[in-house]
Amino acid sequence: MSLSESMKSVTSGARSVSRLGEELGKQSRSVRWSFGAICILAVYLLPWWPNIPVLGWIIETPGTSFPSVLTDQVVIFVLVALGLNVVVGLAGLLDLGYVGFYAVGAYTVAILSSQHANLPWLVCMPIAVLVSMLAGVILGTPTLRLRGDYLAIVTLGFGEIIRITANNTHWLGDSRGISKIATPPSIGPLKFGVLDAKPYFFLGLTVILIVIFLLRRLENSRVGRSWNAIREDEDAAELMGVDTFKFKLWAFAIGAAIGGLAGSLYAGKVQFINPSNFPLQLSILFLAAVVLGGAGNMWGAIMGGALVAWMPERFRGFADKRVFVFGVALVLVMVFRPQGLIPRKIRKERWLASWKPATNTAPADKE
Amino acid sequence: MSDNLLELDHVTMQFGGVTALDDVTFSIRRGEILGLIGPNGAGKTTCFNVMTGVYTATNGGVLFDGKSLAGLKRFQITKRGIARTFQNIRLFPDMTAIENVMVGADANHRTSVGGALLGLPRHHREEAEGRNTAMELLTFMGIADRAGDAARNLPYGYQRRLEIARALATKPQLLCLDEPAAGFTPAEKVELMDLIRKIRDQGYTVLLIEHDMSLVMGVTDRIVVLDFGKVIAMGTPSEVQDNPAVVAAYLGVPDDDA
Repeated sequence: MSLSESMKSVTSGARSVSRLGEELGKQSRSVRWSFGAICILAVYLLPWWPNIPVLGWIIETPGTSFPSVLTDQVVIFVLVALGLNVVVGLAGLLDLGYVGFYAVGAYTVAILSSQHANLPWLVCMPIAVLVSMLAGVILGTPTLRLRGDYLAIVTLGFGEIIRITANNTHWLGDSRGISKIATPPSIGPLKFGVLDAKPYFFLGLTVILIVIFLLRRLENSRVGRSWNAIREDEDAAELMGVDTFKFKLWAFAIGAAIGGLAGSLYAGKVQFINPSNFPLQLSILFLAAVVLGGAGNMWGAIMGGALVAWMPERFRGFADKRVFVFGVALVLVMVFRPQGLIPRKIRKERWLASWKPATNTAPADKE
Repeated sequence: MSDNLLELDHVTMQFGGVTALDDVTFSIRRGEILGLIGPNGAGKTTCFNVMTGVYTATNGGVLFDGKSLAGLKRFQITKRGIARTFQNIRLFPDMTAIENVMVGADANHRTSVGGALLGLPRHHREEAEGRNTAMELLTFMGIADRAGDAARNLPYGYQRRLEIARALATKPQLLCLDEPAAGFTPAEKVELMDLIRKIRDQGYTVLLIEHDMSLVMGVTDRIVVLDFGKVIAMGTPSEVQDNPAVVAAYLGVPDDDA
């Protein structure tokens, strides 16, 4: 009873967040920018939030250091949710094997910085992104001709293939995994070691902000429009001149690249990976994050990713029952907000208000 | 021969044992409004689907602008210059009216992932061009007042017009309308027919599927009549009207003739 009430307050909170966004949209550019800057600063200070009264008690993670939860879980899940949102939320392709790309990214860094070479992390990371992107293209080329359930099943298989291959290939460290993976290089006071998780958080957050910036550009372009059209009605889209296969493949490749990026960050943080880090369950959780947050809405994906990562840690006090609590929370959100916490919105065409016809055509008859 | 924008050359379309189109041959002349009529199940929409690449003809071929359309993907056919609307409205429901039309306009654009990420000048030029084209078309169709609304929230008549605007945005040479007046009141139908004439006057060639005979008679230059997948008559509206085969197809054959 009280749980369901608290879920209601969570969903109404989400609603007020999205209403706040709408209000902000009406403000001038300078107001929007300064609000954004303050928010970004506040998010960079997240590791210290548990020191804030009340709010700190709500967000703290008993038994695990909060900065570690941020870097090992939240940053990774948010990044992954952003990538998977392109595939599932924008292009409408159900991908159940997204963990595969995450694993490819992590393993690429592991192989190049420890197992078979000694390259620095900064060199490995872009290679990992490219390799996962390539994996996306290789998986997508034959499978994107399938639709709906069939695509879901093939991608499900892909995730398992990656994990089982890693488990049984000596070259990939088989089930023992790969250790001594390179960490990102220290910059001044930011030392990437095992003691302090905060530098990883700053790095991860910066990467997330860059990804958001780039994805927004895609969303507001012919590419994003094509993805939306494909999701809404693939046949109609193709008959309106959208090269559906090409844009689906792009969605897959970009999603895979972001998944690989998350994997490379993860490998650089934990410095040791083995196949059991990449179970099928993770694919499901990634998808849950996107759907919970609101498929097709970037801010929804971010919120979903953060919640799915943070909730099991917050409820660690429930010991073995924490996964159950987490599951109930998910079900409740789906009952009260079936479109996700921050649902996809109808695009606001701000420019319409100021649009002037280039030629004098007949005025619209309002009948 | 170059008068003909599109030619169906002995097209046969079979689905399993069913012959939907049987050796259909006709052509569409540049700048005309051609009506394609026939009773339910005559093969009119199948004809559209063969022309726009949804189906591949079992036999025969389609020539557009003198070139075969065989082997082209559907979006390539659209880019060649054939655009269509659907019998059952198929808009992008969660996208705004303007976005729906911009998807059509994008058929003439080339910006892809790289251009959008880097914000290249071409991206900005094409976005502006797409918006202007879309707004002009929405104004032309008389639905610009709801440009920012989601397609699914538009009234039925607006949705039908939006489909035409979206098809026009691809800058087609041939516009194929599949029962655009279905569900309209008589007054709305007349209005729509005026609009179709206006579209033709702007230089488009129009292929029109329609049930309502009186409507087709008023607006078309020529008519092709299909029945059970076969062309049973072809000619000007008055010629077709008096054709006994057409009368039989529409009204049925008296019992004593059978």
